[in-house]
Amino acid sequence: MNWWWVLIVVVKAVVVFTAVISAVPILVWFERRGAGWIQNRRGPNLIDVPGPFGMIAIGLSILKKSPPGRLELRRYRSAGLIQPIADAIKFALKEDIIPNRASRLYYIIAPMILITTALLVYAVIPLGPTEPPAGLEGVAIPPQIHGVPVSFIVAPLNIGVLYILAISGLGIYGIVLAGWASNSKYSLLGGLRAGAQLISYEIPMALAIVGVVLMSGTVDLSEVVAKQSGLFHHWYIVPQFIGFLVFTAAMFAETNRLPFDLPEGESEIVAGYHTEYGSMKFMLFYFAEYIAIVTSSMLLVTLYLGGWTFPGIGHVMRIVAVALTAFHFPAMLVSWGVSLAPLVVFAAKVTVIMAIFVWVRWTLPRFRYDQLMRLGWKVLLPLALINIMITAAWLVK
Amino acid sequence: MAIEPQMSLIERLYLGEVVKGLIVTGRHFLRAIRGMIRGRAPNEDMWTLQYPLVKRRPIEPYRGAHRLNKDENGHIKCVACFMCQTVCPTQCITIEAEEEGPDYADKEKRPKSFDINMLRCIFCGFCVEACPEDAISMTTDYELANYTRSDHFYDKDRLLANYDRYKKGEI
Repeated sequence: MNWWWVLIVVVKAVVVFTAVISAVPILVWFERRGAGWIQNRRGPNLIDVPGPFGMIAIGLSILKKSPPGRLELRRYRSAGLIQPIADAIKFALKEDIIPNRASRLYYIIAPMILITTALLVYAVIPLGPTEPPAGLEGVAIPPQIHGVPVSFIVAPLNIGVLYILAISGLGIYGIVLAGWASNSKYSLLGGLRAGAQLISYEIPMALAIVGVVLMSGTVDLSEVVAKQSGLFHHWYIVPQFIGFLVFTAAMFAETNRLPFDLPEGESEIVAGYHTEYGSMKFMLFYFAEYIAIVTSSMLLVTLYLGGWTFPGIGHVMRIVAVALTAFHFPAMLVSWGVSLAPLVVFAAKVTVIMAIFVWVRWTLPRFRYDQLMRLGWKVLLPLALINIMITAAWLVK
Repeated sequence: MAIEPQMSLIERLYLGEVVKGLIVTGRHFLRAIRGMIRGRAPNEDMWTLQYPLVKRRPIEPYRGAHRLNKDENGHIKCVACFMCQTVCPTQCITIEAEEEGPDYADKEKRPKSFDINMLRCIFCGFCVEACPEDAISMTTDYELANYTRSDHFYDKDRLLANYDRYKKGEI
């Protein structure tokens, strides 16, 4: 057995995990500052980074166990980017409280389930091409290490769509267990609400994806993306526009974002299912929420917006390949350099969608709970079914 | 009774309205960035005043901390007539009078001590209205937080110092 294969998979998983985790603080920062800008405020902008002497002064004060005096030393503006790190430190240092009559086991594993399922989805999302596009047959894409291809997908699963549906279904357990195990009425009601909402919106979401599956004729996400290469009208957002709308609405509901953030509500049920959680456990919930946004954006891009493809990306890759070979780069570096373009395109698309998530949050007021249910069952579900009918009829005509 | 708003079909489709809303917030987003680039905040694009760094000056009739005025010779104007102490609804002013020295023969009395308990003061301005000598006025100083309770008791020196700060344009 080739052990490089195992090592490459592990490294890929770690790299994707790190990328997603480090996207979260930036997303949190953008959410706060974006909220500020949309409301003509500044948002958090006053966390400064101490310079080297300031660091020494703070270190000494920690050693002496006395608070540092007013540091009139050099400070560097960070535009508030350090705020999420300060929050993370605060969470890490807080006391970990488990309510007296909570069921301990479920209370502890609930956030773990939520964040694990949120992270598992990345395994099947194609970040780059799995085979060289036309005109680049000479270049090894994906790049190879010791004869093992490093495909830009952590687990090249040929049932990616089904896997995603299954995993996102599991995530509900985390929320419902958190609500149940906290032994608090607010948590229970919040968990109940979240559970009902997530299960309701999973159905239109799955049915919207069926349209994509019908059109591409595969449940392998790499192939779904490959089928969308070409001009803009090859992206499934054009032929599957109704499906795209249904999927987007369902995704907003699945991530518990406004306008569907019913599981939380200060005036009714405090903080919903994570009312009784604090310190690192709360941070896991918080992280899971933002990771879910990254996940949804990636899914949206993969299924409807062409994934890593972009009109003319083949030309860019060819130019890069020619340029790199002209400068006598080794073949391995050439294939890595060429593969960079799809990764950048994918990251850019995901960033735009995440920004839209934030933008929508600070624009729309929330639904009432009955309106939420009515929208899910009486509007989105029939729409998704009609979409499937139209797609199927159009395909067999 | 809940009144259902009458909406046209296009409005009930919700989608166009979402886009409309997004355009509105997007415009505010761009305006805020423009306001930040332009600097000189607060302006109509960026309403935040960065408080501890930039301070707002209240308009003149603002009733902040008191000051005890001085006359042109730099001598306290107060004649210790007890009008303000009498009119004060919270009785936060305590005056102790003494005889004026020979240098100022036009006045008979002056305050030996003049204390205001700022914890009790409600900033009604009655003392200013009652004063026949224009000796007590209010400044626009609104930063009245202190670390200790005793710092909230303003004595004569502090009130006179407030006058100097007022003259310098600080408050």
